[in-house]
Amino acid sequence: LKDFQVRVYVRLKASVHDPQGETIRGALETMGYAGVTEVRQGKYFEMSLRAETREDAEATAREIANRVLSNPVIETFQVDIVE
Amino acid sequence: MPRFAVLVFPGSNCEGDVLYALREVMGQEAELVWHKETSLAGFDAALLPGGFAHGDYLRPGAIARFSPIMEAVISMAEAGKPVIGICNGFQVLMEAGLLPGAMLRNRSLHYVCRYVDLRVESTATPLTNACTTGDILRMPIGHADGNFYAEAAELEKLETGCQVMLRYATPSGEPSEDANPNGSIHNIAGIVNERGNVVGLMPHLDRCYDSDLGTDHGLRMFRSLIASVS
Repeated sequence: LKDFQVRVYVRLKASVHDPQGETIRGALETMGYAGVTEVRQGKYFEMSLRAETREDAEATAREIANRVLSNPVIETFQVDIVE
Repeated sequence: MPRFAVLVFPGSNCEGDVLYALREVMGQEAELVWHKETSLAGFDAALLPGGFAHGDYLRPGAIARFSPIMEAVISMAEAGKPVIGICNGFQVLMEAGLLPGAMLRNRSLHYVCRYVDLRVESTATPLTNACTTGDILRMPIGHADGNFYAEAAELEKLETGCQVMLRYATPSGEPSEDANPNGSIHNIAGIVNERGNVVGLMPHLDRCYDSDLGTDHGLRMFRSLIASVS
């Protein structure tokens, strides 16, 4: 068994309005960062995961991301294995 | 006499209000059931109360849906018995896949705690069978994540299937933008599943069963619930 470092990014779907991101964008504009035209807030997870192979680690991580870490109604996810 | 189960998750905080309303106000048999239990045998309906199950960590309801008791809740729903999610309980039922849609952060980003006016859209539910379509109910809400969202196809299904139970409205019954406290799509405040036995709503019927509390419109929902299991 090997230890794998997993990174999971959870994002709101493009079709879903993000009131938090919009508020951050508005604050940045107020601060003078006029070039920021959009902010989308998401979630980032770091996991240590023990598995036989990189493929197994990725499969487990994707299952966890799909079942628990994201809500498929409003979010999408991306899984990276960084060893 | 019917028996009601009031579920308790770590972080639930309205189970006492629901229990009091059922037992003391409505004179029913009701018991608290801890989320680690695995059976709801002997109960005719289950209520998931408001609060912050598991601290709302990750997403409201996201951890609670994996509690051992949820298997029994799903079986109860499949058996056609009433399953009612109030506020945080609504969020748990959506995360568990018993109701469609999801909650986003309120449009204002604030925790909203106030009275709202609600128009009854469907009376074919365990909470509104004692109401008439178009009735206006005044009830309290208290939540930060009550901005109901469903994708276009799902929304269409909810609307055409008469699964929208309540809409935020003006006191005269207009579901206007101004009357929408959280940004919910189509002003939706409560829905029922396709089968008509699983209900989720943001307003707290457990906080308005006596006019001393500001309004007693929650009584009509408790009466409906009792009628639906009798």
